[in-house]
Amino acid sequence: MGYETQGFKLDDSGRRIVVDPVTRIEGHMRCEVNVDENNVIRNAVSTGTMWRGLEVILKGRDPRDAWAFVERICGVCTGCHALTSVRAVEDALGIEIPKNAHLIRDIMAKVLQVHDHAVHFYHLHALDWVDVVSALKADPKATSDLQHLVSPSHPMSSPGYFRDIQNRLKKFVESGQLGPFMNGYWGNKAYVLPPEANLMAVTHYLEALDLQKEWVKIHTIFGGKNPHPNYLVGGVPCAINIDGDGAAGAPINMERLNFVKARIDEIIEFNKNVYIPDVLAIGTIYKAHGWLYGGGISGTEVLDYGTYEKVSYDHSTQQLPGGAIINGNWDEIHEVDPRDPEQVQEFVAHSWYQYADENRGLHPWDGVTEPNYVLGAKAKGTRTNIEQIDESAKYSWIKSPRWRGHAMEVGPLARYILSYSHALKGHKYCQRVKEQVDYSAMMINSGIPKALALPETQYTVKQLLPTTIGRTLARALESQYCGEMMLDDWHELVDNIRNGDRSTANVDKWDPRTWPKECKGVGTVAAPRGGLGHWIRIKDGRIENYQCVVPTTWNGSPRDTKGQIGAFEASLMNTPMANPEEPVEILRTLHSFDPCLACSTHVMSPDGQELSRVKVR
Amino acid sequence: METFYEVMRRQGITRRSFMKFCSLTATSLGLGPAFVPQIASAMENKPRTPVLWLHGLECTCCSESFIRSAHPLAKDVVLSMISLDYDDTLMAAAGHQAEAILEEIMTKYKGNYILAVEGNPPLNQDGMSCIIGGRPFIDQLRHVAKDAKAIISWGSCASWGCVQAAKPNPTRATPVHKVITDKPIIKVPGCPPIAEVMTGVITYMLTFDRIPELDRQGRPKMFYSQRIHDKCYRRPHFDAGQFVESWDDEGARKGYCLYKVGCKGPTSYNACSTVQWNEGTSFPIKAGHGCIGCSEDGFWDKGSFYDRLTDIHQFGIEANADRVGATAAGAVGAAVVAHAAASALKRAADSRKASETTDA
Repeated sequence: MGYETQGFKLDDSGRRIVVDPVTRIEGHMRCEVNVDENNVIRNAVSTGTMWRGLEVILKGRDPRDAWAFVERICGVCTGCHALTSVRAVEDALGIEIPKNAHLIRDIMAKVLQVHDHAVHFYHLHALDWVDVVSALKADPKATSDLQHLVSPSHPMSSPGYFRDIQNRLKKFVESGQLGPFMNGYWGNKAYVLPPEANLMAVTHYLEALDLQKEWVKIHTIFGGKNPHPNYLVGGVPCAINIDGDGAAGAPINMERLNFVKARIDEIIEFNKNVYIPDVLAIGTIYKAHGWLYGGGISGTEVLDYGTYEKVSYDHSTQQLPGGAIINGNWDEIHEVDPRDPEQVQEFVAHSWYQYADENRGLHPWDGVTEPNYVLGAKAKGTRTNIEQIDESAKYSWIKSPRWRGHAMEVGPLARYILSYSHALKGHKYCQRVKEQVDYSAMMINSGIPKALALPETQYTVKQLLPTTIGRTLARALESQYCGEMMLDDWHELVDNIRNGDRSTANVDKWDPRTWPKECKGVGTVAAPRGGLGHWIRIKDGRIENYQCVVPTTWNGSPRDTKGQIGAFEASLMNTPMANPEEPVEILRTLHSFDPCLACSTHVMSPDGQELSRVKVR
Repeated sequence: METFYEVMRRQGITRRSFMKFCSLTATSLGLGPAFVPQIASAMENKPRTPVLWLHGLECTCCSESFIRSAHPLAKDVVLSMISLDYDDTLMAAAGHQAEAILEEIMTKYKGNYILAVEGNPPLNQDGMSCIIGGRPFIDQLRHVAKDAKAIISWGSCASWGCVQAAKPNPTRATPVHKVITDKPIIKVPGCPPIAEVMTGVITYMLTFDRIPELDRQGRPKMFYSQRIHDKCYRRPHFDAGQFVESWDDEGARKGYCLYKVGCKGPTSYNACSTVQWNEGTSFPIKAGHGCIGCSEDGFWDKGSFYDRLTDIHQFGIEANADRVGATAAGAVGAAVVAHAAASALKRAADSRKASETTDA
């Protein structure tokens, strides 16, 4: 049984491999693939295995409270749902926020990008590339040499430093209690790094773990805590008092601003000395082994709403401009309008929800969701003990969003492909992206191969980026870029305060009595995992309905009515597995999207009908 | 098996620094100097306790908070203090290799492992709105709880239900203590809990080999016996009747009390105003937003975060969590308005007295 879609030939006749749970992600997910006689993946099925129903819970609540509820959609990309929510409410009510608030929110959003990306790479994704046990065999002196080669200015690079880490790791392994490394796939042929590169990466796993807790302190300054800092409709809650009465007890004063600046400087150093060199080195070595799989639909269908305006509310000044690329034509960037009912639509033909007419997609402002947990006739096992999914029926708690009918990939790679294309067309606010991408391609094609005596095989940007490596690289580059933009924002904030503007909130429409009887709005954010949108309808001062279309809903979507596969499923296609018993390659490519399942699964019931108990088919 | 002390020594940390670490730990746990040798001894001699960390319906903010811990560092907890054998957010293995670990640890350490739960099980949809290994999360939770020594309920999801259990709770998300009733459960609420509170609870259990003293609701008294309001640095402004009236007004810029813009500090039991967040960097009130009460049972359904509290206990810090918990919700104390007014009146009277004295 098979069919063709989006240039992929699906074939489910080979051996079925089940991975459940997919670990090192946020939330819960299952993946099944069929491999042919050469252990090449010929069919892929991704299932979102959790659902929390937050949008039902929001109905009837105060729109000014919504940010706190939706912030709890995800504690990993903490704050991005809150930001999207306050934007949606402000859009509905026609509130413009002060410049200081815009800058502070942007700094917070970029801190999240850096934190989330680095923690993802080192603590969720690295073990797909790095063999921890192999690091025990490394020569600390050679590791130090490698470190100097790939990152000459990183201060923590002496042979003694690597020896200490290796000894600690050795003792840990010898204790027989392997903790999170237990039952890993150590020694699998899919790992190709030399022991020294493995030791270097394990060392940075620990360095990043120590440092990430420092970066988020910027959220603590502006939002009071992290995870889940506080936000405010109309601006930011942290009032500014630089030199007045009571400044020492005020949320933002000179000491607090200096604290933020110190953390930004650390972020920039880490990206420059550790994160970027690691990803380039690992990417180069895997490329030398011919591992350029995992592109899926990223070379052909990508989407983002665009973000980081240099001038508040002026979309033409976005430093990561958005749009949609379809059919692989990078020369043509389509405008994306989240308000247009014909553009973003969600389908549920293969999702555990029901519509009156499941052949149609619904725009988020008019979306309907009712749970309908049923398994297909060909599923194996029972209703509460699934052995095998039937992907011809409903098979996921994730819906299928489509842009003008196309399955799209979102995320840092989508943003980088879009911004790179914009830059080529002369967009003046995103030239840094082109610079970063061209530099990376040069390093991967020639720079690092020269230093490490690897073949200098040349690939174009259009060949390198749409791959699993490219997805991981784009995330690192975005982290670096965000660090740099954050520093600009900080200077601009200080300049603005120097010019006498202390305002942090617009309270003209704080009181619900000033609101229209009915209104609707949309907010978008470049969340770490991709374009995020919230759609809200407000009636009589209360939330009438609320809908989130989140990055992992796009990427992890099940099939649609036309049988089109989503980005996760597409990315696994045609990847060879070294040993199908050990899903290293599946995890590597799925993790390259940084899946967030708590985000992706949601529900809404706009007319307030009672959610029905689901029936066994 | 290696001990925490051995690891520190091997890393070139001196005995002196180690003892300093022990004394810091004692301080952060609110213990006196007499406990320092006991902590040192435990760290020198104990093998690592296996921890199985399960995830139900949640947002992973508890795990994220945990890795923010500064003292002890998360890496030292994971590499040297406990053996984090199952945690689907961090573990290398997936699928059946991951599931096999649960069985191995449960057999090998029967009755001697700690079960940590982040999130909660949903009961609607036959439990299938949270699926692990093809089966409902509730099955996994019950199975692993069976032979656990104790259970830690991380955060407000596991402790109370939190956001997915807010009305109308479409998945019937249910806190751990409602489905597991035969094991000691330590609730560490908060959305998320403070990092150093999480590692403080673990360190306490490893050090003293017992569960911390709990209040009637099952929370460690050492971190949850006082309200945010009791130790808030803005409390003098409350007593003085100086309030933020609207966002970004002069009061907001001077750090006045946030009670009138909805602060739930007066009814929230947590360590935010004492331990503070992210290595003591700040906490919500200090950053200008009122407390939303995220460590309290059902805090999502107690009205807007910007509504003024009207049912909080009158005066001071005399009532503890037990007493508030023991009193019916509607009957708790007098209105804070009276409290604030009385405080302001008292201050006015005091200053009048003071000026009279000066005049005289």
